[in-house]
Amino acid sequence: MKLMQLQRAMARAVMQPLTSSERMQQRAPGGSSMKRYASRFIKPNDRLTSFERLEIYNRQYWFRVLSALGDDFPGLRAVLGQRRFDKMAKAYLVANPSRSFTLRNLGSRMESWLRKNRKWAGKNQALALDIARLEWADIEAFDGKAEPALRTEDLADAAGGKLKLKLQPYLRLLSFQYPVDDLLLEVRKEDEDTDFASNTFAERRKRKRVRAVAKLKPAYIFLAVHRVDDSVYFRRLESEDFAILAALKNGKTIGAAVESAMRKSALPSKEWPARVQTGFQTWAALGWFCSPEKKRAVS
Amino acid sequence: MAANRFNGFTDLGIGIGLRAPHYHHILTRKPVVDWFEIISENFMIDGGRPLAILDQILEQYKVVQHGVSMYFGSAEKLNREHLRRLKDLVKRTKTPWLSDHLCWGSVDGRYTHDLLPMPYTFEAAKITAQKVRTVQDFLEIPVAVENVSSYAEYHDSEMTEWEFLNEVVERADCGILLDVNNIYVSSQNHNFNAFDYVNSVPAHRVAQIHIAGHSKYRKYILDTHDHPVIDPVWKLYERAIQRAGHTATLLEWDDSIPSFQEVHEEALKANKFLHATVLAETA
Repeated sequence: MKLMQLQRAMARAVMQPLTSSERMQQRAPGGSSMKRYASRFIKPNDRLTSFERLEIYNRQYWFRVLSALGDDFPGLRAVLGQRRFDKMAKAYLVANPSRSFTLRNLGSRMESWLRKNRKWAGKNQALALDIARLEWADIEAFDGKAEPALRTEDLADAAGGKLKLKLQPYLRLLSFQYPVDDLLLEVRKEDEDTDFASNTFAERRKRKRVRAVAKLKPAYIFLAVHRVDDSVYFRRLESEDFAILAALKNGKTIGAAVESAMRKSALPSKEWPARVQTGFQTWAALGWFCSPEKKRAVS
Repeated sequence: MAANRFNGFTDLGIGIGLRAPHYHHILTRKPVVDWFEIISENFMIDGGRPLAILDQILEQYKVVQHGVSMYFGSAEKLNREHLRRLKDLVKRTKTPWLSDHLCWGSVDGRYTHDLLPMPYTFEAAKITAQKVRTVQDFLEIPVAVENVSSYAEYHDSEMTEWEFLNEVVERADCGILLDVNNIYVSSQNHNFNAFDYVNSVPAHRVAQIHIAGHSKYRKYILDTHDHPVIDPVWKLYERAIQRAGHTATLLEWDDSIPSFQEVHEEALKANKFLHATVLAETA
């Protein structure tokens, strides 16, 4: 066999889903006997058949990628429940095998895939989509690029409302139908506690979590997923603040961003100046704005 | 022989893998460690905590990069995005050499994230060596290829694994990261004499040596990196050092990771063999 042909044949077998008892399927991709399929290119030894040797790699692949997805989406797992999550994860990975050299990107298509394949999103599809989006944003914020932050002196020659401010590349601005930030923080806290707990305690915690997820009421929220001192945080935003930041991210000037947010807001206009000032001061202190490129080049 | 052109003429001593559970200990207690090995892919990112930690480590320690997904042996082309990010990291760490595995793991753009064994054929050796050369030229630092542990062999193989390794490194003119635990694991799984392997590698190309633990199952051994090094592996290490000289040695412990102290103490057991080599050379 040519090298490419052999590697394609082996990869097809390695990436084929396991049975429900986590063994290699008896049928190869294409429907023929897997024993015959494996024996075409794998040598048996005195202890293991060709099938059994190939099975080691098949199982390792699925244990690895399923474990990676579970680590990246504990919130989605809590929403769906372990059994439904496992089935969903397998379906997701069959449809979306890793196309990156790093496992970090394995879940990059989770939300979009769940949107197109809603049967895998469980009983509360909106909640599942929300939590999947938040968990991916968390991953992106964790190791996203950071540029030098805006300093006060950078604004010395600024043209006031005509100024455009660039937001940090790692910053994510998202809206949700459910308070999934609270849910995810609760799930993480319980996972930490469960690591050290007995089985009985862990079971009780799991049942409590299922009840908590089932009771979660819809509540429209706006969130910034950002970093402080290299740790990721979730910060709730008022709708007006979200609108301003989203407009800035889309390249609008400060003046245009504030104006477009005011138009959609019920806030009395006399409250706007103080509100805008406080908002910009807070976001600048959090390092959300990038230093303008011209100024960076000079320094 | 130990400090050679494949390890940038360095003799780094005994290192351990840089692992997240040990970050706090390393950054607060600043233990004396000859060097750390990092998994390149964990730091081929755009920003955030991992790079911040790495920069702090680089201020005080020597770091060598070890990759897990270059897939020199994959029949498909090299991933340009991977190479670009890898070169950025190489500039950041100033690693004296870079290692990755003599294996494949991707085909048609789909990644298994495993270290799949090569068929030991001349076609495979030619393709693999060409990719190693390309990577070396692009990164402008020496590359060392590591022998993997394996659980399957192919009908198509035309030579032994060590003959294949020799064929690749001669064609690529690259170094070897000799993993003696992997040799042991493969020797048990495939019924060959591990010393035949160690005795056959071109000693002048050995840039670095890996030692590690593994897990024994009823019909095979799995390379799990979650146990101390066993005696038969230490014996292989001893023979490798006798042949290659005082060589940079790295203990891999990647799962069920114990305290920093326990890992470091396990690694420092290599000193017994390194000192014996120095004494023998002096005599």
